[in-house]
Amino acid sequence: MGFFLETLIGGLMAGMLYSLVALGFVLIFKASGVFNFAQGAMVLFAALAMARFAEWIPGWFGLEGSYLGTAAAFVVAGALMFVVAWLIERLVLRHLVNQEGATLLMATLGIAYVLEGVGSSLFGSSIYTIDVGMPKDPVFLFEGTFAGGLLINKEDFIAALIAAVLVGLLTLFFQKTTTGRALRAVADDHQAAQSIGIPLNRIWVIVWCVAGLVALVAGVIWGSKLGVQFSLSTVALRALPVVILGGLTSVPGAIIGGLIIGVGEKLSEVYIGPMVGGGIEIWFAYVLALVFLLFRPQGLFGEKIIDRV
Amino acid sequence: MSRQIGEVVLDLKQVSLSFGGVKALTGISFDVREHEIRAIIGPNGAGKSSMLNVINGVYRPQEGEIILRGQRFTKMNPYKAAQAGISRTFQNIALFKGMNVIDNLMTGRNLKIRSNLIQQAFWWGPARREELEHRAKVEEVIDFLEIQHIRKTPVGRLPYGLQKRVDLGRALAMEPSILLLDEPMAGMNVEEKQDMCRFILDVNDQFGTTIVLIEHDMAVVMDISDRVVVLDYGKKIGDGDPDAVRNNPDVISAYLGASH
Repeated sequence: MGFFLETLIGGLMAGMLYSLVALGFVLIFKASGVFNFAQGAMVLFAALAMARFAEWIPGWFGLEGSYLGTAAAFVVAGALMFVVAWLIERLVLRHLVNQEGATLLMATLGIAYVLEGVGSSLFGSSIYTIDVGMPKDPVFLFEGTFAGGLLINKEDFIAALIAAVLVGLLTLFFQKTTTGRALRAVADDHQAAQSIGIPLNRIWVIVWCVAGLVALVAGVIWGSKLGVQFSLSTVALRALPVVILGGLTSVPGAIIGGLIIGVGEKLSEVYIGPMVGGGIEIWFAYVLALVFLLFRPQGLFGEKIIDRV
Repeated sequence: MSRQIGEVVLDLKQVSLSFGGVKALTGISFDVREHEIRAIIGPNGAGKSSMLNVINGVYRPQEGEIILRGQRFTKMNPYKAAQAGISRTFQNIALFKGMNVIDNLMTGRNLKIRSNLIQQAFWWGPARREELEHRAKVEEVIDFLEIQHIRKTPVGRLPYGLQKRVDLGRALAMEPSILLLDEPMAGMNVEEKQDMCRFILDVNDQFGTTIVLIEHDMAVVMDISDRVVVLDYGKKIGDGDPDAVRNNPDVISAYLGASH
């Protein structure tokens, strides 16, 4: 029982991290109807920026070893993501108003390559570490209840907590604010949104900016766990099944999808893996996504696709 | 009728629009007076929708000028048009399908919302008060259009006729001074058409909104409009009150085919 719970909790924590990346996809899809292929590149870019600024800034201002330096690096990296969002709107999206979804999709593919290229030439392409001072030591819980207790990684726990708070805030933002409503309107119909006086350009900057900040948080957490390297941009691929499962238009869906995938991966690896020789963790999520595409293409929480003929 | 047709609010002078080699509009001039219902009619492909898109700022004409309340349109776009008090409906309904009726109508209030993103995020005093005010206004529109029973329904699930009504509602929520209607009655049955006519006349009468509409149903057009402009192949072939237009030989031949 203790082992099962440990696996379950490990899965939930991993799932929360997938959710963070998936959230970036959902945000941009909700607010512009575009599947943003560049989300992974944004995570990498943000993590690179954070890693380097955390190294440089304390040096410039003599803040070595203090939290202030890390905080400043986070703020500067956040500001950089804002500039990136603004540039993307200015240089790419503005010229593609009222174009087909496929055109925008291709454009985000291009943005992904540009971000990866610019990121590695600005910040270098070696492996960096991010240390935001998260405790890395494991803790034991419920030692009285189970033999040996439950082993939980503190870092994972904090990461999951941050992700949960972020999701709560974003859900409120989308459902309850006027700007959130305007974002959803833009996603449905560019032209109609413009004609009733929603400023398309500003909305796009806002949403890419929010997606950039989510990418930064995801980048920092993933980066501090695994180190910042080029392969970080492929975490986006891990998040793909999450959005298919949760639904491309649902913020809570991204979270629950992430949790299901995280838990599913770990449990299947531990309990079914030995029967088929292991390695399930790698493909489990994709198979699950495939099943969902066949039977429930809008995902668990997505808006049902209604088309009148 | 209580309304009084006033001065010219919108004046189009020699407007020409072409897409590559295709001339959609050639030297069109007409004006729209305050509080009137102005219809644009013509056979398919006559340039009616292009005309509306020019007024709305979707297309910028290559030649000619448009004067709105004495001010020349320069670098017009739909957003600026909305700020200037022009709202519109669409021929193929362009509602926000995933949202319910109230949210769709609330988007129409977007320009009037003053609180900023941060205030909204924290549901701060002014933002909250504002939201409630706008919500009240939206409820008025809902009452006006008699769609109380569907206010929480996602618009994608509504039948076509009701979607058209919500589309009108969203335009009305903006409290426009000029309302552009692109075939408001297309695809409706007789009953729905009667309702829509009533709403258009009521809007015009109660709020004094100037209305420019495109419609194919001649009986409706002749019935509700004050003046009619007729286009054919991008050229103006008739302009005047319904009776004059009905008896205009050019108009008759455009509609019935040449009978030389």
